[in-house]
Amino acid sequence: MLIGKVVGSVVATRKDEKLEGRKLLVVQVHNHKNEPTEQYVVAADSVQAGPGDMVLYATGSSARQTSSTENRPVDAVVMAIVDSWDLGGANVYEKWNPR
Amino acid sequence: MYLARVTGRVVATHKYEGLGGVPLQWIQPLDEHGKAMGGQLVACAVISAGPGDLVHFVDGREAALACPETFVPVDAAIIGFVEQAVANGVRIGREGR
Repeated sequence: MLIGKVVGSVVATRKDEKLEGRKLLVVQVHNHKNEPTEQYVVAADSVQAGPGDMVLYATGSSARQTSSTENRPVDAVVMAIVDSWDLGGANVYEKWNPR
Repeated sequence: MYLARVTGRVVATHKYEGLGGVPLQWIQPLDEHGKAMGGQLVACAVISAGPGDLVHFVDGREAALACPETFVPVDAAIIGFVEQAVANGVRIGREGR
């Protein structure tokens, strides 16, 4: 899984019928040091994430292993909202204390 | 499956159902020399590993099969603790050894 920040959502009225009702989020990938990268992904949501949330997303066929994406044409899914992380004991990200 | 070093931990209280109680950790994949290979990623830790530990992990859909609940959106899982690995006669040991 990789970590990213939800920076927007996708509105698409014409899409595969299996995607009807799925919330699609635009996620900007952050690296382990919490530096934003130039990589963006569109991911389906499974945890009611919203703009500004730091999230974890899974890609590939794993993304279909949720009740809302099973058997649907989805290859990225947001599967957790990140509260904090640390590297080697040093705090890098804290949800309630954004840096 | 790949070798990796555990570098940190991730706290997420709001996770997809079925992932409760499964720790998440940052890992750095390693090459045959024990050097960093590519970027770090987050994996489910189904064995208890901590920062600095040498582990092996599986990626892709198979990673979910290592979790207690197997129908979960997981694409990387730490599945083993490595005491020692040897590649081309060179030992890839635990940190500091």
